[in-house]
Amino acid sequence: MTVQSSACAGVLPSESGRVVAKSGIMAQGAILTNTRWMATLAILALTAIAASVVCLHFGAQPIAYAEIVRALVDTLSRKEINDGTSDVATTILLHVRLPRMLLGFLVGCSLATVGVALQALLRNPLADPYVLGVSSGAALGAAVGVLLGAGTTFLAETALPAYGFAGGLLALVVVYRMAASDEQLPIHSLLLTGVILNAIFSALIMFITSILEPNRSYGMMAWLMGTLTAPTYGGLAGLAVYLLIGLLLLFSQMRVLNILALGEDSARTLGIDTEKAKRFIFILAALLTGAVVSVSGMIGFVGMVVPHAVRLVTGADHRLLLPASALVGGTFLMGADTIARTLISPAEIPVGIITALAGGPFFVYLLLWRKDRLA
Amino acid sequence: MSELSGGRSEQEVMAGSVDVIKLSPAYDVQAIRFRYQSRESDASRWILDDLSFAVHAGEVLGIVGPNGSGKTSLLKVLARLLRPVQGRIDVFGRELAAMTQQEIACAVGVVQQDTQQLFPFTVAETVLMGRFPHRPRGRWTSGFGWESREDVAIAEEAMMRVDIVHLAHRAVTDLSGGERQRAMIARALAQTPKVLLLDEPTAFLDLQHQVDICSVLVRLKEERCLTVVLVSHDLNLVSQYCDRILLLDQGRVVRIGCPEEVIRPETLETVYRCRVLVDRHPQTGLPRVTLPRHNPAAGM
Repeated sequence: MTVQSSACAGVLPSESGRVVAKSGIMAQGAILTNTRWMATLAILALTAIAASVVCLHFGAQPIAYAEIVRALVDTLSRKEINDGTSDVATTILLHVRLPRMLLGFLVGCSLATVGVALQALLRNPLADPYVLGVSSGAALGAAVGVLLGAGTTFLAETALPAYGFAGGLLALVVVYRMAASDEQLPIHSLLLTGVILNAIFSALIMFITSILEPNRSYGMMAWLMGTLTAPTYGGLAGLAVYLLIGLLLLFSQMRVLNILALGEDSARTLGIDTEKAKRFIFILAALLTGAVVSVSGMIGFVGMVVPHAVRLVTGADHRLLLPASALVGGTFLMGADTIARTLISPAEIPVGIITALAGGPFFVYLLLWRKDRLA
Repeated sequence: MSELSGGRSEQEVMAGSVDVIKLSPAYDVQAIRFRYQSRESDASRWILDDLSFAVHAGEVLGIVGPNGSGKTSLLKVLARLLRPVQGRIDVFGRELAAMTQQEIACAVGVVQQDTQQLFPFTVAETVLMGRFPHRPRGRWTSGFGWESREDVAIAEEAMMRVDIVHLAHRAVTDLSGGERQRAMIARALAQTPKVLLLDEPTAFLDLQHQVDICSVLVRLKEERCLTVVLVSHDLNLVSQYCDRILLLDQGRVVRIGCPEEVIRPETLETVYRCRVLVDRHPQTGLPRVTLPRHNPAAGM
């Protein structure tokens, strides 16, 4: 054997020089490129905008598309919301449908994003804040908040997201302990954990509901089923700031999520302090879920169905999967809420029922027919 | 048994037998002990019991031993996936316990036994994740961002080395065991580590790819002075490709040295409790292990 070069002692030589001629292997869709990222998100954003106009059109009284566009452009150009002195249609549009639609978009965004994060973290494609009991934990927290004196108008109550966060975090700690106790939690154990948590939290929520005065308990029941109500713009802005900060922090972890999705040991060998990273992402997930549940109740399956569908198109890279799921999740819930508003108009169905009816069968399909992929 | 406990003096033995270049050792393992905390049944049993040895920079060290001898645990301790209860490990002169996870990942690449993949990342994406430890440090946005051109180039080179370029856009979930294994090796190579730790790297590979992977490891050792530590059941493979072999039994070093010193019938028979035949490889002259035919008449 000959004596080694000086490279032995120190840093490895960089290889950038010698591979110039080989580039192009990665070109055919093998990795995520800037172009694909921009194009996908641009298409999804345009779809969301188009869908929002359609959603604004439908309602107890359809509003003409031309009028929607005119009112929106008018509002945007004057940079202030019409104060309701103009005609009825514009008032309904700007003070009922638009804020509710924006709320739906934000809630859908957050739920889908949290779903993606939990799936990567627990290495489980069926993870969803609703299925795992995080939503019902947050709901219990919010219900306790209501019991302790907050009103039934959830959006107006600024302390409720904190209660929701506490409840959601409690549930996530249990799930996290389960997931941390073994190399990788078998999928059915994780689902069972969710079932048990849901059962316990539901019992406690029902107990709280039963000791409230009838009018408040009715409001709570309606909220629990997952309802979007038109918020004030002030409340909406507050919620938006809160959720956007959470979403941005989660987006800062997109590459980390990629690595965590490989499994705990792999993530550590690739240089991630897994305990710290997991804790940070779990807390963000609980914050987002807590806030969302305290304004809209338990809207299920958005966090599972949307990432699944999006992953089929975008691939698994979270740098695209996460923002794409956010856009699709928002659009999806906007659409679901439009159906909820209009299906038996003038009465309304809680939107949670629509998403459960869409997501539940999909969940069963995954569990029964794609079992091989999930084991 | 006294001749089997000669792990201490291997340094002196080595000096005369193989012309390994003396540098600061890649790994300096001093009196480590390890046991699993949670298992109540055999809580008293040390999985690794007072192990001391060095891994020289630029050598290929094979770790062999019977089932349950602690091979995989030792590899995980070297990767700091497990932390020893006692003792100290230095990597290139730095204490392993004091390094950050990212510092370790820049120096040490790990290929574990069959790692199931759940999410349909493409092979190219998976290999590129090997560049993650080299991202800019200390920024809050370090979880975001794209790989540089250099990252892509290094990942491509790693894929070429293990012959998986044609799989670049396949999903890792759709690969065969051997293909996935090679993708994992490529990912570890993309880390451009100074040490590569491999657990049964050839377990799922057919003959051609076994030879290919071993040749790649030897070439990396020669071209870049990569240090390789691999755990394997395959005594012959280890004998042919490793500069030195560490024979482990019940968490202790039985023997460490060049193949001729470790692959000996009497040593192997004590450890594996089974008769073996050792002859010479026709090409390399290195020891070769064969199992004798079971012959009840001879009382074997």
